[in-house]
Amino acid sequence: MVMGSLREETQVVVIGSGPGGYVAALRLADLGKDVLIVEKRERPGGTCLLEGCIPSKTLIHAVEIQESARKAEQFGLTFKGMEVDPAKLRAWTDEVVDGLSSGIKGLLKRRGVTVIQGHARFESSTSLSIEGGEVSGIDFEQAIIATGSSLNHLPEGIVSSVWSSADALRLPRVPGSLLVVGGGYIGLEMGLVYQGLGSETSVVEFFPRLLMGADFDLVDIMVEQVSGRLHEIMLDSKVKSIAETGGDAANGFDVEIETGGKIVGKHYDQVLVAIGRRPNTDDIGLEKIKADTDDKGFIITDESCRTGDTNIYAIGDAAVGPMLAHKATREGKVAAEAIYGGEVAFDNRAIPAVVFTDPEIAWTGLTEREAEEQGIKVNIGRFPLAALGRARTLGRTDGLVKIIADPAGGLVLGVGIVGPMASELIAEGTLAVEMGATLEDIMVTIHPHPTLSEAIMEAAEVAAGEAIHINPPRKVR
Amino acid sequence: MFEFKLPDLGEGIAEGEILKWYAEEGGRIEEDEPLMDVETDKAAVTIPSPRGGKIAALKGKVGDIINVGDVVVVIDDGSAEAAVVEETVAEKTFAQPDAPAPAPVPEAVAPAAMPGVRRPVPAAPATRRLARELKIDINLVTPTGPGGRVVPEDVHRFADHGAAAPAAAAVGAAEHVPAKKVADDTAFAEFAAHASATIPFLELEPMPDFSTDGPVEVEALRSIRRKVARKMVTSMSLIPHVAHMDDADVTELDKFRIREKERRTGGAGGKLTLLAFVIKAITAGLKATPAFNASLDPFREEIIYKKYYNIGFAADTGRGLVVPVVKGTNNKSIIQIADDIFDKATLARDGKLPPEDMRGGTFTITNVGPLGGTALLPTINYPEVAILGMGKVQEKPVVRNGEIVIRKILPLTLAFDHRIADGADAARFVAELVRQLSDPNLLLLET
Repeated sequence: MVMGSLREETQVVVIGSGPGGYVAALRLADLGKDVLIVEKRERPGGTCLLEGCIPSKTLIHAVEIQESARKAEQFGLTFKGMEVDPAKLRAWTDEVVDGLSSGIKGLLKRRGVTVIQGHARFESSTSLSIEGGEVSGIDFEQAIIATGSSLNHLPEGIVSSVWSSADALRLPRVPGSLLVVGGGYIGLEMGLVYQGLGSETSVVEFFPRLLMGADFDLVDIMVEQVSGRLHEIMLDSKVKSIAETGGDAANGFDVEIETGGKIVGKHYDQVLVAIGRRPNTDDIGLEKIKADTDDKGFIITDESCRTGDTNIYAIGDAAVGPMLAHKATREGKVAAEAIYGGEVAFDNRAIPAVVFTDPEIAWTGLTEREAEEQGIKVNIGRFPLAALGRARTLGRTDGLVKIIADPAGGLVLGVGIVGPMASELIAEGTLAVEMGATLEDIMVTIHPHPTLSEAIMEAAEVAAGEAIHINPPRKVR
Repeated sequence: MFEFKLPDLGEGIAEGEILKWYAEEGGRIEEDEPLMDVETDKAAVTIPSPRGGKIAALKGKVGDIINVGDVVVVIDDGSAEAAVVEETVAEKTFAQPDAPAPAPVPEAVAPAAMPGVRRPVPAAPATRRLARELKIDINLVTPTGPGGRVVPEDVHRFADHGAAAPAAAAVGAAEHVPAKKVADDTAFAEFAAHASATIPFLELEPMPDFSTDGPVEVEALRSIRRKVARKMVTSMSLIPHVAHMDDADVTELDKFRIREKERRTGGAGGKLTLLAFVIKAITAGLKATPAFNASLDPFREEIIYKKYYNIGFAADTGRGLVVPVVKGTNNKSIIQIADDIFDKATLARDGKLPPEDMRGGTFTITNVGPLGGTALLPTINYPEVAILGMGKVQEKPVVRNGEIVIRKILPLTLAFDHRIADGADAARFVAELVRQLSDPNLLLLET
């Protein structure tokens, strides 16, 4: 067979095999459709699995064990000679990623979904050209664009030897000192990983607060915990320049930072720029189909994830919406079922957001700040973990659960959590918002004791003015 | 081209009636020049043009009802594309930071159910799918679940009764039922069944065709008239009204008022009315009996006592009833109150009273006296808990010290909410009012 001479035909083609694409393909296969995936990378999984969620959480977990071990000293547990072996940790992370990627491969294979390697570009509303693989083109009836996103290019003037988050995830080395540019969730997560591995880590943030997207009361509790671990947190500050010391990155970096009204020069062994992402929509032949993008390049879709081109759907980071794997997965199912002809819509009321700092922060539905900005009257119940038995047994009282409800009918509009396992606990809040649950629904549901999940029930009770374990604030009306 | 959408007029106002266009299609308009008058439930407002240019299209004629967010005018301002003032939902909700620093934080973007607005209506995912499968817009379904949640039964009921005219049967929880929409037979049947299920013996039937009996003229119930209708039905349905009546001898007060008014003609206090004195006396009464300056929240089972005194007075504007509010009457002199009354009544008559001057009332007075009337039973201005009705001041023969004398008598009725006050409270309140109005010196001394 001559390379690049083969044309394939299929009912549905899915471009990309990340958490949106592979799920869409599997669902389509289960619905009896003939499906192909085109994947640019050598293996399936997308950004999330290969250079995002999964490797970062593997590293974060390792560092958190170490941190827990340190904190265990207060209850009489002393670990001696705890060491980090970066090579082994790197290998372990690879093993986790490899295992999951093979798992996806297996799932696709068993469901009869063929994966074609190469870069796909639309030629028309029913055909794709493929570059870099055995197959040169695909004729299809319907397509799902699940091409994901890439790291933004480094801003001009920044040397390429600084790390991006993807570089940092590969754990090339543990620098003596590290500057993280950007106090958003990626910067904080990676900063804490390297701090745990032994780097003296500083964070510089342009805005006056860390994690600007989250409610302040949640962030404050997290910042209080991590500020002791970080060497320096520079808020309201701007990096003016980054240069390799003596023209060689091996000597580290000289960084000029505008902070507190003046420019200071500092030296770090490594700099990590936690940079934004952009959708992969600029080189997929969009001009050959009738799909529109917004001014940032995100593909505009209707509620069944269909683009302006009736045969073509777009999901995940490539489509409008928050760039989150779980949003992509849900959209993948919606698009697949829409193609099958089902009455389906991405009409989700809540997309949870999770930040894996220590403590973790998670929120879902309406935030307190959004309620304020939109002038929505809400009733808020806050329950501090300090009042919770399970939190005490863990020695982790650094947390808070708050429930935001409609003052009239008690409808749960949003939930915000900071604390250990916030990422797990938020699921109940999302279910509540999605179902249209009321405070009472949560309050009468028996939550197992002793667990952190009780805090959600308690927060609902606070919001309803029926708190048992804390003294409710006097009602001020 | 620039498309201008009816902006949010505040106060939860969702729609308005076009009263007047200042511009015409094809004509030119400057930025900030008056564009249109819109009358809402609360007031008439003049909306200035947000741009200068040629009027390409007026989207509505006088008398039309327009919703907030509707395009009302298209202005050719020289820009090529039709630019809409509001950002698209996609941009607004899903904005992605693209700057290198700070790293983007995932926004928890949830088109969450909003109290009052209820779009999208709360419903479990399975219920939403059911509605989609039945080709029903779930936002039109009447919710019966807790917290305003649509449950599967609601969707089935809507499918059975409302499918013929899905749009017509739209009866949202927080929405009112526009009479027009239930005029349709199917939708009416659903509405009537729903209402009858809650009130024993209630029998709702469509209005007979009166034109078979004689000539009629039909006018749409709109704007202030409709607002009053809602307010009154709400008040009468929720509040157990009790009325307490008495007569006040205002002979001395009226002498004093006329003397002072003449002395002040053309200046402050030149419009001194009996109402101003009554407002002052009422304010003192409310301080002594907080129950009449309160609201009752039946959902939380709470009584909210207000520590501020804002007295509304019913004004006949020619277009309907409006209640301007005189704020902070405890801190105002009778002359200041009188001037306030005059200014606000004038604005109300001209349809220019700003919404903020119609809200925040804690007690209302209706003074139909000048038009006549010896006794009246006013309806409480919900969510207030009491209203004072003033009848016509008339010279009447009364007995004083065993002799019949002619005195000026003001008939008063206090209608109050029996849930939070009793007959004895009202009797004391009105007796005290009558006593204070009998002698202007008492008002000076005691208020």
